[in-house]
Amino acid sequence: MLGYIFKRLLNTLVMVIFASTAGYFLASSALFPRGNYEAANPPIPKESIDAVLDRSNVNDETPLLERYSTWASGVIRGDFGLDLDGNRINDEFGRRIWVSLRLLVIGSIIGATLGVLVGVVSAVRQYKVFDRGFGLGAYFLLSTPVFLLAILLKFSGIKFNDTVGTTVFFTQGEYSAGFDGTTFEFFLNRLQHMILPTLSIALGSIAFYSRYQRNSMLDVLSSDHLRTARAKGLTKRQSLFRHGLRVAISPMATFFAYGFGLLVAGAAFTETIYGWFGMGQWFLVAVAKNDINSVTAVVTFTSVLVLFSGFLADVVLVALDPRVRTR
Amino acid sequence: MTDTSLDRTSDKGFAGADGLSVDRLSRGALIRRRFFRNKLAAFGLCVVVFMFLMAFVGPYLAKWNYYENDFDNLLAAPSREHWFGTTQIGVDVFAQTMRGLQKSLIIGLLVAVFSTSLSAFIGSVAGYVGGRTDRTIMWVVDLLLVIPSLLVLVILSRYYQGKSWLLLVVGLTIFDWMITSRVVRGIAMSLRERDFVRAARYMGVPTRKIIARHLLPNMASIIIIAATLNVGGAILGETGLSYLGFGVQAPDVSLGTLIAEGTGAALTYPWLFMFAGASLVLTVLAVSFIGDGMRDAFDPGSSKSKKI
Repeated sequence: MLGYIFKRLLNTLVMVIFASTAGYFLASSALFPRGNYEAANPPIPKESIDAVLDRSNVNDETPLLERYSTWASGVIRGDFGLDLDGNRINDEFGRRIWVSLRLLVIGSIIGATLGVLVGVVSAVRQYKVFDRGFGLGAYFLLSTPVFLLAILLKFSGIKFNDTVGTTVFFTQGEYSAGFDGTTFEFFLNRLQHMILPTLSIALGSIAFYSRYQRNSMLDVLSSDHLRTARAKGLTKRQSLFRHGLRVAISPMATFFAYGFGLLVAGAAFTETIYGWFGMGQWFLVAVAKNDINSVTAVVTFTSVLVLFSGFLADVVLVALDPRVRTR
Repeated sequence: MTDTSLDRTSDKGFAGADGLSVDRLSRGALIRRRFFRNKLAAFGLCVVVFMFLMAFVGPYLAKWNYYENDFDNLLAAPSREHWFGTTQIGVDVFAQTMRGLQKSLIIGLLVAVFSTSLSAFIGSVAGYVGGRTDRTIMWVVDLLLVIPSLLVLVILSRYYQGKSWLLLVVGLTIFDWMITSRVVRGIAMSLRERDFVRAARYMGVPTRKIIARHLLPNMASIIIIAATLNVGGAILGETGLSYLGFGVQAPDVSLGTLIAEGTGAALTYPWLFMFAGASLVLTVLAVSFIGDGMRDAFDPGSSKSKKI
């Protein structure tokens, strides 16, 4: 088991290297920072453009591999380089990472636990009111793109505030600028800002996990080994928890890893719509600016997150399903 | 999953045991009957058919074209003249929405069919053959999955922006098959150890045939659920990209671009994005109803499973 985990961790590390490299090449080939300056009027002399591009190591006249090795040797030392304006990317990274992580971690925890719970209960109570109600709700949520859900929640929040007469939900930013108060008030203020964006992200994942969990639980419920468990005298509840849930949850581990990828993409919309300056919003701005180094930094961040959740999922899968272990 | 085969044999058994000639339904007819008995599925099919009709016939019913401006009616609320109202520059929202629906439907359907076929093939080969083939394929899948496809497509947008939307379909397909293939692989891996597959293998049935005859039919329900979710997913992916401005490009419209343009003033003029949003949700919703209906129709065992 420990050997497996170690091997898996090593594999994760290799994948991070490959993914960030792929991200670098992708961004370097598709983004064209020189274009930002060439279109300027009055025209900027070529030497100045080259100087700016060289400063950030994104000059397309330098061979790609040379640029890559400069970039990679920086990243190994934990330095993502400079953005096009000459600011250190690490500073921006440090500011934004917590914004996104808060959104993603809380969103995914809420999404996964509630989703699995709803899915299991729906399967056990198939076609009852609970199943039908949550099923329909999940259908609606899964059919609503994150951006539409975020917009609708935002508008509902604004409408709600208007009706109540005070601001219950903030819909812009992470906390009120220049907010002054006790720690508790500050916490409350953050919470008021957080509810709607987190909900925009979590609702979709609850629906996502609950559907798959329901399907996988239903498959298990109709399996022979559960009938055997019942036949040998276990109560329905015992057979469900000891023999059903364990088997039904294991395919979810795969979904968790990649549900997380979806979540990261969803965060880009949510952050943009709610004016959070997180990694997703940074990514979109950076692509628009042709800022190769910033784009690669976000891609690296994302790949680390996705790979780590994949690693977690695999460990859980092995712990739950001995058949996978022997392969 | 094995219930489908059980079902068939018990059908035969009935006809034989009575010694009477019973009208035996073909498998297809049986599935169709089960499908239409499911009200949500039937509803979903109706909605999808309706959406397709609206998207392709609707533009001929309306007086306005999606690029015409009615300067007498700027930001007009829905009326008899403009069913869904007009935009800031007097474009008919109905015509726009239908046009957007067309694009989103076609793109979603094409991407789902291509990517699901790709993932069923790749996933079952990886899961069944195993060994080095499996490791290589999964390594590629893992690498492609590490960076969310939305991010990759946004980065690569320069290559397909301003070109044919078919390139967008290719892009969405290339980055949309991995999750399903992983799921398929997982099932193939467990099916591989099942007795009927083993028996076929020991009898010398070639891999190609085992995959086609024993693996794929036995995961039909999962593949169908995946395919349907993928139609929805592809539509959502396309509209998401378009919403951010990296998908379908002006002058062409998709539901995503319409929602993006509409939200600015949507608190005061809700019709600007409401209809596009509603048709998007309704279409994806209907598609997933169909998917679940098909699952129940193919695999009625799962719905009888309540009694354990």
